[in-house]
Amino acid sequence: MDFALSESQQLLKDNARKFFSTECPMSEVRRLMETDTAYDPALWAKIAEQGYTGCMFSEEFGGVGLGKAEFILLMEEAGRALLPGPFFSTVALAGAVMDAVATPEQRKKYLAAICSGEARSTVALLEDGGVWDPAHLQLASLNGKLSGEKLFVTDAVIADWIVVVARNGVFLVDRKSPGLEISKMSGMDLTRKLYSLKFSQTPAEKLGDSKALPKAFDVATAALAAEMVGGMQRTVELTVEYAKTRKQFGKPIGSFQAVQHQCADMYLETESSRSAAYYAGWALEHNVPEATLAVSIAKMYSSDASRTVGNRGIQVHGGMGFTWESDVHLYYRRAKASETAFGDATFHRERIARLVIDEAVASAGHA
Amino acid sequence: MDLNLSNEEIRFRDELRAWLLSNVPRDWSEWREKPIEESFTYLRDWQRKLHEGRWAAVSWPKEYGGRSATLMQQAIFWEEMARVEAPPMANALGLGLIGPTIMAFGTEAQKQRFIPKILSAEEIWCQGFSEPNAGSDLASLQTEARLDGRNYIVNGQKVWTSYGWVSNWCELVVRTDPNLPKHKGLTVLLVDMKSPGVEVRPLRQMTGESEFNEIFFRDVRVPVENTLGQVNDGWNVAVSTLMHERGAYGARLHPIFKRFINRLMELSREFPKNGHTAAQDPLTRQKLAQCYAEIEIMHWNQLRAFSRISTFGAPGPEGSMQKIFWSELNQRLQQIAQEIFGPYGQLLAGDSRAVDTGIWSYGYLRTRGNTIEAGTSEVQRSIVGHFVLGLPKSY
Repeated sequence: MDFALSESQQLLKDNARKFFSTECPMSEVRRLMETDTAYDPALWAKIAEQGYTGCMFSEEFGGVGLGKAEFILLMEEAGRALLPGPFFSTVALAGAVMDAVATPEQRKKYLAAICSGEARSTVALLEDGGVWDPAHLQLASLNGKLSGEKLFVTDAVIADWIVVVARNGVFLVDRKSPGLEISKMSGMDLTRKLYSLKFSQTPAEKLGDSKALPKAFDVATAALAAEMVGGMQRTVELTVEYAKTRKQFGKPIGSFQAVQHQCADMYLETESSRSAAYYAGWALEHNVPEATLAVSIAKMYSSDASRTVGNRGIQVHGGMGFTWESDVHLYYRRAKASETAFGDATFHRERIARLVIDEAVASAGHA
Repeated sequence: MDLNLSNEEIRFRDELRAWLLSNVPRDWSEWREKPIEESFTYLRDWQRKLHEGRWAAVSWPKEYGGRSATLMQQAIFWEEMARVEAPPMANALGLGLIGPTIMAFGTEAQKQRFIPKILSAEEIWCQGFSEPNAGSDLASLQTEARLDGRNYIVNGQKVWTSYGWVSNWCELVVRTDPNLPKHKGLTVLLVDMKSPGVEVRPLRQMTGESEFNEIFFRDVRVPVENTLGQVNDGWNVAVSTLMHERGAYGARLHPIFKRFINRLMELSREFPKNGHTAAQDPLTRQKLAQCYAEIEIMHWNQLRAFSRISTFGAPGPEGSMQKIFWSELNQRLQQIAQEIFGPYGQLLAGDSRAVDTGIWSYGYLRTRGNTIEAGTSEVQRSIVGHFVLGLPKSY
């Protein structure tokens, strides 16, 4: 048993860190977040050139064929860089759903275009009420057409295709289709834009039924947890650096225990989130029976931790932490959006309870 | 990254399982509740049996009677021991902390003299570290050793000594040079507890029992050849012992915590809460799930640390994070148990209505010590701040 990264995994992670810090430094993040879409085609092309868009998909569909454990590392580094734009929406979310539910022909068409970097996509799931469980959806397709509303859809205006989760299956809609109206929602995270989508008799192609959806959402959720780990990591780095250099009472504030212990807790929360995200990635890759439980544990823990790490980070930065100029609040904004995405800690604790309290009873009953 | 057991790890586990199947005592449950003074011979016999099977100190090098087990194999060892609910070993500190320190710093003669009897439980060991005025600030300790010919003359007092009452030997940290800075003037001595002038008194703790002792040293003569490591280099020797204490100990706790949370989930179906069972109560479910998740994360943190240690060597300061994690988690676990049991939670062993014969009321009180013993959470956070994150020293 070995929980350390392999040489090739470490290399992938190191290269990703170098790539993102060169191609998307904070100055670029700040430039993009002020735009309408937070999307830069040139940066996207470079990301695709690295093979990142096809990282976890099969070579059969133009992917690189690496595992989910590797993709987790990539997401962690993207999160550390606060990468703006549709990488999560396209690859971790729409790509994973297509990979799980679409026919091979559809995957050759749509997933391959994602792998090559030609196309961007996203998934429309939430409706009015904001419930993450697909069992509560209202929107359904009738005669190949969708009517209804979807909310909190990330990066919709730059997506070529929108994957729509409906009550009676998973559908693909061309963004340019008639009867699709996209409006901006003003979210806290400036690097990942949100939209509401209104479908009126919008033509849609069925990708498949919803049976395989939980598995795809598990992959997206684990990827999101890993991205949150990267954000926490950067917040810890920025905060420790600040605590070492900022002086008050003639000493670096990091020499005061009240400050130091905040930093120690940030480290503990970040490392623990990382352990859980890595384990979830491994469990998904190897299809172990507790994979879903592992994903919920990872998302549950990092949902709370990314918020508390941000709280502590801003607090240690003092007045500087409250300025627009400080980068910590940019990570903090992302953390809030990610905290609720695919279920917050409360949602996942209930999911864990169902798995470890209720199902344990059910299986004991069968025995 | 490969979280499956390797073939070698499976072989190790299967060999241990087979051995435990025919050797683990069946009557431990009858002894468990008795005071340790009564069960100590039992625990000593159990360790001797493990030693005969070469299972007493799997982490030790083969030439010292161990199996040169990797950290993963050690984790497997504790997992399997917990699975069959094996009794603990009598010489826990000798095996886990002091033996490895003697192997690292001892002379050949010391290793020959002490190691075999640690393994066989023939000689029980304790640690003389903390003092009434030296707890978190251990290096300020005042027990002094004055050189007198071929002997040190030791005077002072130690406190919070586990197994003091039954120990034959003590790893004792003393001040040999009061003129040097506090970390530099310390030396570790190996002290025969039967030496004239050694007095052991029980220390009654808030749970009502006496797990620990106070030890008084009055003009105790210790031969100079019983110095462990270099004179005035005792801080390094002591820190090596403490790292073992913080780093590897957590691995034993995962299977134990797992058993506790599973039992708690079972009990939650029996206790009423807000009109249904606790297992159906949304808030209780949230808390149980949080605790269950943290127990798993504690395990994954440990496995990741093991893989790092395998690459980089000895346990390092990140062991402090494990210590913070398990000790605070254990307290939260006990608090949830109390919330589930309501008024029954307070009932002590001996009361016929006590939950699980009182292990939970005991656990609630006992776990308050977890964030204090083996380095307080405050000290551990300062260690993480300074030694892991590189912040300036705060003390």
